[in-house]
Amino acid sequence: MTNSEKNRLKDKAFQVFGVFCTFIGLVILAVFLFDIAIEGFSRIDWDFLTSLPSRRASRAGILTAWAGTLWILVLTAIIAFPLGVGAGIYLEEYSRKNRWTNFLEINIANLAGVPSIIYGLLGLEVFVRQMRLGGSLLAGALTLSLLILPIIIVTTREAIKAVPRSVRDGSFALGASKWQTVWNQVLPASFGGILTGIILSLSRAVGEAAPLIVIGALAYVPFTPATPLDEFTVLPIQIFNWTSRPQEAFLTNAAGAIIVLLAITFLLNGIAVYLRNRQQKKIKW
Amino acid sequence: MLNLRLNYFKINAALLLGGTLLFSACGGSTTEGANSDLSGNIQIDGSSTVYPITEAVAEDFREEAPNVRVTVGVSGTGGGMKKFSRGEIDIVDASRTMNDSEKQLAAENNITFVELPVAYDGLTVVVHPENDWVNDITVAELKKIWEPAAQGTITRWNQIRPEWPDQEIHLYGAGVESGTYDYFTEAIVGESHASRGDYTASEDDNVLVQGVSTDPYALGFFGYAYYDENQDKLKAVPVNDENDSNGQGAILPSLETVKDGSYAPLSRPLYIYVNSRAASRPEVVEFVNFYLDNAAELGEEVGYIPMPAEIYEEQKQKFEQFSSGANATTQQQ
Repeated sequence: MTNSEKNRLKDKAFQVFGVFCTFIGLVILAVFLFDIAIEGFSRIDWDFLTSLPSRRASRAGILTAWAGTLWILVLTAIIAFPLGVGAGIYLEEYSRKNRWTNFLEINIANLAGVPSIIYGLLGLEVFVRQMRLGGSLLAGALTLSLLILPIIIVTTREAIKAVPRSVRDGSFALGASKWQTVWNQVLPASFGGILTGIILSLSRAVGEAAPLIVIGALAYVPFTPATPLDEFTVLPIQIFNWTSRPQEAFLTNAAGAIIVLLAITFLLNGIAVYLRNRQQKKIKW
Repeated sequence: MLNLRLNYFKINAALLLGGTLLFSACGGSTTEGANSDLSGNIQIDGSSTVYPITEAVAEDFREEAPNVRVTVGVSGTGGGMKKFSRGEIDIVDASRTMNDSEKQLAAENNITFVELPVAYDGLTVVVHPENDWVNDITVAELKKIWEPAAQGTITRWNQIRPEWPDQEIHLYGAGVESGTYDYFTEAIVGESHASRGDYTASEDDNVLVQGVSTDPYALGFFGYAYYDENQDKLKAVPVNDENDSNGQGAILPSLETVKDGSYAPLSRPLYIYVNSRAASRPEVVEFVNFYLDNAAELGEEVGYIPMPAEIYEEQKQKFEQFSSGANATTQQQ
């Protein structure tokens, strides 16, 4: 065997390995989706989406749960987006590299690894008790915002870093101020990456049950929230509650609720991909 | 399609009308329901074990008093007790009685309360259905298996009874944060919250069902409802408390043996606690009475075991005394 044949063989082997790696995740996801779909699809109908929780599995619905999840999503996005992107811009564009910013950076990276229930405990003390928000949507959204801020900050910084130095230099050369450069050049160019980070982190937030249970999100709520100060429940709590019931029929309900939760997540991701593609088309250097 | 729907509505309307006529013909008996003049919020939190009963009661109370908003959380007996003792909620669901530190916290916050048992649960000891050697077990043997000293030493079936096989024993039980764990250790080991640590623990009883039903050398315990729903996958073990005054020999948990107290010591009552400030509000009084009136039927529907009727009557009297006392103190203030 010649050297080039050997290399070609290695190349082929690595390609097969790569395909294998790609598929392992996809296959597991497919099996999971298939399993849930078989169990849950028959359960989803208009009544399921518009009914209140009930002790009878066949009459129970997820109206208050999905309404709560949507509220939480929107509020969390509104709170976390400006804070996270602002912090990212500061750290990347304005701050000087010194020991203090190093310290900040390390801590933000560490925060991304803190278990979510710890954020729940923090939220309980600060938002629920000190700020007297009670177990409200606002307290829940603030808690989840804290949870996802580190991810947003890190991805924002990465996206800003990816904007070429020459774009900034060009902007400055034309007499633009720092703020004008950031606002008119850097942010639009990095917006796709920032958006991806926000959507990924919101997808994480939408699946959280533990921190919300800690701050006092409920399981049985017979009304849909009307203001951010109302009490609430979310889909993951309803799912968690149903899967721990002894009766088999509640497991089917849980599968149905999981499908709805997945649909919400997919919808979000879809919107993000659409916005990102549209944004990227606009950028021409 | 539209036609079908219209017909459906017509039929419904006809039924409703007929029903109303029928009921109004019966006279005053139905006017007791629909307390639409009651309003307010009732906040409940606590044990996920008691949750299904409270959810069922809250669901039916919606028809009784449509303007009262009842919300129920599941932060666990411990979490619920903490909120209750700080006065953050009106009623707490509990799968065990309030402990001393919680009582102290309540006293510090000037919270007085009443404890009302609402149903029984029979903690069931289970093994794999193919396990043909265990046909009964004594409390002493269970203690030998579960006490803290057993950790690492009691690891094989024949260490408990010599005639049992020389095979590893695999233990499954409630997680240490649950009221179920506290109750089991109190009843079996004799000290609440003390047991060996080398067992498979889960807060989710369905996980335990899964574990025991797939492991021929397993022994586990969990709430009766989970055994009842999975009888084809599990074998319940009769428990002998070696005290013949409450039923002779080893006794299997069932509706009857739990209700009459012969399934001892693993029958446990489930409770709600009501805060005195809440008990001075008419909608809470109505709700608690409704709870005690319906706990037997609704509790059984969701998998628990009703208490004898006279106990519910006693609880209602106890609550009435408590709430009139609560009223008196709030008026004084």
